[in-house]
Amino acid sequence: MRMPIPDANIIAQRSEIIERLQQIVPRGEFGDSVIIDSAGLRAYECDGLSAYRQLPLIVVLPETTAQISRILTFCNEIGVKIVARGAGTSLSGGALPLADAVMLGLGKFNKILNIDYANRAVITQPGVTNLSISEAVSDADFYYAPDPSSQIVCSIGGNVAENSGGVHCLKYGLTTNNLLGLEMVLMNGDIIKLGGKYLGSEGYDLLGIISGSEGLLGVITEVTLRILKKPETARAMLIGFNNAALAGDCVATIIGSGIIPGGMEMMDKLAIEATEEFVHAGYPSNVETLLIVELDGPVVEVSDLIARVQNIANGLGSNYIRVSKNEAEREIFWAGRKAAFPAIGRITPDYYCVDGTIPRARLPEVLIKINEMSQKYKLRVANVFHAGDGNLHPLIMYDANELGELERAEEFGREILLLCVDVGGVLTGEHGVGVEKRDLMEKVFTEEDLKQQQRLKCAFDPNGLLNPGKVFPTLHRCAELGRVHVHHGETSFSDIPRF
Amino acid sequence: MKTDFTEVQRSNPLMQMMEENLRKCVHCGFCLPSCPTYSVLGDERESPRGRIYLIKDMLESRDAPNTETVSHVDSCLSCLACVSACPSGVDYQHYIDYARSYIEDHHQRPWFERFLRSLIVYIITHARFFRFVLRMARFAKPLSRFFSSKIFSVINMVPAELKVEKITNTAKIFPAKGLKIKRVSLLMGCAQNVLRPSINEATIRLLTRMNMEVVVTEGVGCCGALNHHIGKDSIARDLAKTNIDAWLTEFDQRGIDNIIVNAAGCGTEIKDYAYMFKDDLEYNEKAKKISNLTKDISELLSEHQLPSVSLSNQPNIIYHDACSLMYGQGITREPREHLKAVGFELTEIPGRHFCCGSAGSYNLLQPAMAETLKDRRLTLIDKVSKSNRASILATGNIGCLMQLASGTGLQVVHTVELLDWATGGLKPPN
Repeated sequence: MRMPIPDANIIAQRSEIIERLQQIVPRGEFGDSVIIDSAGLRAYECDGLSAYRQLPLIVVLPETTAQISRILTFCNEIGVKIVARGAGTSLSGGALPLADAVMLGLGKFNKILNIDYANRAVITQPGVTNLSISEAVSDADFYYAPDPSSQIVCSIGGNVAENSGGVHCLKYGLTTNNLLGLEMVLMNGDIIKLGGKYLGSEGYDLLGIISGSEGLLGVITEVTLRILKKPETARAMLIGFNNAALAGDCVATIIGSGIIPGGMEMMDKLAIEATEEFVHAGYPSNVETLLIVELDGPVVEVSDLIARVQNIANGLGSNYIRVSKNEAEREIFWAGRKAAFPAIGRITPDYYCVDGTIPRARLPEVLIKINEMSQKYKLRVANVFHAGDGNLHPLIMYDANELGELERAEEFGREILLLCVDVGGVLTGEHGVGVEKRDLMEKVFTEEDLKQQQRLKCAFDPNGLLNPGKVFPTLHRCAELGRVHVHHGETSFSDIPRF
Repeated sequence: MKTDFTEVQRSNPLMQMMEENLRKCVHCGFCLPSCPTYSVLGDERESPRGRIYLIKDMLESRDAPNTETVSHVDSCLSCLACVSACPSGVDYQHYIDYARSYIEDHHQRPWFERFLRSLIVYIITHARFFRFVLRMARFAKPLSRFFSSKIFSVINMVPAELKVEKITNTAKIFPAKGLKIKRVSLLMGCAQNVLRPSINEATIRLLTRMNMEVVVTEGVGCCGALNHHIGKDSIARDLAKTNIDAWLTEFDQRGIDNIIVNAAGCGTEIKDYAYMFKDDLEYNEKAKKISNLTKDISELLSEHQLPSVSLSNQPNIIYHDACSLMYGQGITREPREHLKAVGFELTEIPGRHFCCGSAGSYNLLQPAMAETLKDRRLTLIDKVSKSNRASILATGNIGCLMQLASGTGLQVVHTVELLDWATGGLKPPN
């Protein structure tokens, strides 16, 4: 992966930077919060996309917003880049370090600050895990709806940065639809607050801009979220089919008939086998494709919807239907799906999880083409799919110790993503662009589109110090993003490095 | 995960095991929230995933382990919560065990630390010496502020009142009260028998009332867990061999149906003998036999009918899962069922389960973290004890028992003491 060329001048100043950071974040009871030794830095060299690795210049683990503000002010003054990191679970390399950047670890921001049932809101620090929020309000029968499969570990700050989805976003929306407010630190050290415990806000929808900004606009230090009352009842169904096309039809028919399930997921045979071994959910072994469909709401409504979905599934020739009898069974149905990615680790040393979105109706042909590619690249692929909203997660299995396999897996993934775009979809559903899909951005956006997006970044971070090398295939200096002057077919700044 | 081991390294079966585990790890981070130290510090280096990575780097670089890596391996409790959390099947238990032993072989600790690590384990595992030290330490308690924090923590572990040991660790036979249905060998535990002999007494009373003959097998001593967990593998193996030989002699000459362990930390270790000797031509079959014979007391009780309940007005109980029982042996249901079966009202501790910080000799070697974890656990426990008016905290491991007792007003007892009490035995001492 090509990254911006490290700034030798910054690297030369490493010891002064360390000294300053140590002043801002002093040593705690359990040791240093400024990590400088190579062993310690090594632990931070990659996130959930471990194929790409880079030792950071320094890692700092601040504990307060004031410390972050001082760190950013200092780094902005001398031009040091910043890469923020939550739980390090990004699958697009969003928290991949840079050799000349300070990595800002937010793991110590792990407290829930305020639970306000009257306003259905929770204020939390960004390092708190997604699941902890639902756990904290569960006694009062509330929950936080977006539930990425990594919800047990992924941080809520990271969820905002990536605008994460999850199996239930079909009905309840992505992070952005459940986000009420933010506190964040800009690169110049300013601490700003957006939104609050109420809906809507005056002026531009800045929360919408920050959602999914992948650490390019600021460092999130506090998040206010909408929580929901748990549905009166929720039941999950396992529906098996002998071919993926029929399963795809089933998904389309359910949605088309006006039913909006809480979640609707699809797994293929390989994914079923790998997850069954970990959770023993009782997934059927005799189906090619398994749907998990969850229906939630009042008891009467759920019973009625289950009957309707059963009819649809039977009509399409489903060969396996099982409905959860109780909450424990519903949870175990989901447990397999939620652990599907890492469970693939049981059958392959490495995997590359692709994340693209397609129009639902194109699913059968996309799956057929992915299987053809699997043969072409001689790499196995397991498919896990947020079927309800068209978000596809093929898991390409490879062995990083075999020469050339990683490259083949990357090429395979690239072809899948291009296929997604070809059939009218987009590059990412929820994992973000990061470094992984950066170079494909040009396939979706024109140069002017990309420049326009970067102009927005310039408004927040004019020196381009926040998470550079992610999302955009070409780095532009903000100064040159003004009027583009083309002279004799040549743009100015033709010397700007591309990577 | 990509690995970079040499062919020479790969020829070592232990290194092969390490590499196999690394290949399974996909760096997903699902283990992070299960880890007590990560939950306190929020630092990747203090998480299972971070440790796996640091250890990988240590092995691949083939340099002497650096002090940073050593400190993060040392701070792992080996509570094994991460093993249950791992979807891709990484065997962190044996991974970290080997890392500790590798560090022991390739890293020179400062002399004082070496001395202290050896001394602490020596003391705890030698009953007579332990008793002597505890007596001395009681006198030293008022002086403890003059010692370093680590020594201070050792001294503070001393119970206020010392009981005289009633059962010695030499061969004894406790006959079944009625017609004998089983013959079992009870591991007395080294620290347990000194710190709280009532646990073994209760076990023997209960089992003999259930018509089992209980024997204390001659020659069986420390299980080796404490040495094993600080990387002193060869000592641990020697202790294990002594026990295996002693139990096999008992098995061959007089017959035993099971080896019963009521200290969960020891139980996890003995059940692991099979793994420890899997590449040892002489001992692998023997060790497998011993591991297979070994059961936690709660597993044995589940196979039989408990004696009839003679107690009334049983107090409310809070049950704390010992990590060695919950994660090490996968036992959570049985102790709860038994307590309920004899009439105790059971209250669960809210929130996620985390280690109490005891973890073998961890609370002595890493007192600050152990204290933090203890406080966190007790805050939750005290909260439920107030709302449910529970006055007794039950657990299945002597380490947790001592650790928690040192910070709460609740009476902390072993589960088996309550079962004995409710079915005609004695009330557990304070």
